[in-house]
Amino acid sequence: MDKQPLNEQNFEKAVKSYQPKPPYVLNCIKAFIVGGLICVFGELLSQMYVHWFDYSEENAMNPTVATLILLAALATGFGVYDKLGQFAGAGSAVPVTGFANSITSAALEHKSEGLVLGVATNLFKLAGSVIVFGVVAAYVLGIIRYVWSLIF
Amino acid sequence: MTFLWAFIVGGGICVIGQLLLDVFKLTPAHVMSSFVVAGAVLDAFDIYDNLIEFAGAGATVPITSFGHSLLHGAMEQSEEHGFIGIAVGIFELTSAGIASAILFGFIVALFFKPKG
Repeated sequence: MDKQPLNEQNFEKAVKSYQPKPPYVLNCIKAFIVGGLICVFGELLSQMYVHWFDYSEENAMNPTVATLILLAALATGFGVYDKLGQFAGAGSAVPVTGFANSITSAALEHKSEGLVLGVATNLFKLAGSVIVFGVVAAYVLGIIRYVWSLIF
Repeated sequence: MTFLWAFIVGGGICVIGQLLLDVFKLTPAHVMSSFVVAGAVLDAFDIYDNLIEFAGAGATVPITSFGHSLLHGAMEQSEEHGFIGIAVGIFELTSAGIASAILFGFIVALFFKPKG
């Protein structure tokens, strides 16, 4: 090890050599299995809504997503989802259940600050970026596609 | 057969997310934001609909479908109402997800104590 003093420039480089290398393959397998199973469960739910509650294939997506969000919010409340998140990484963050988890956990975390300033204000602390980027992207692409359809 | 494809496609999307986390050292918030934008871009080229037809919940459950639904609702309304339809329809298909996430998140925060 060379003994040059730490400064802002070489800090990130120096830190990197002490960080453990993540087990890429193992993490990917975990994410694949957990994420895949959540999607299979979603497919099961949507087929259930189509067969028993007379939803069309397209409309079944709404109750399916709502059910998954309810289950994920409850699992976050019981502290189960965070344990799953530590095991599965992106496998539990990327499905819509991860969106519900980020909303519920942000709300829970700030509960001590009160219902208005704590829970309600921080509800979208983590999920807000998803909605902002989604809406901005969809709005811009929507305008492009609309103008495109007017010209051609 | 749909179940197998849901598993493979849904799992595959999560693996891409995991690689972004591990290899490119992005935070989960960055990964989720990128995926929503990616979903909207894929829908703009009509690719995401084919993926949903093929993989069912494997494509509708990951957060990419949020971007897809945003653009899809906007396009549906803009056909009827022109430019303002984009703003009117943007939350049309996603409102069930957002509304229930707000409601259930709030209720759970009311009744549960923070863990850890």
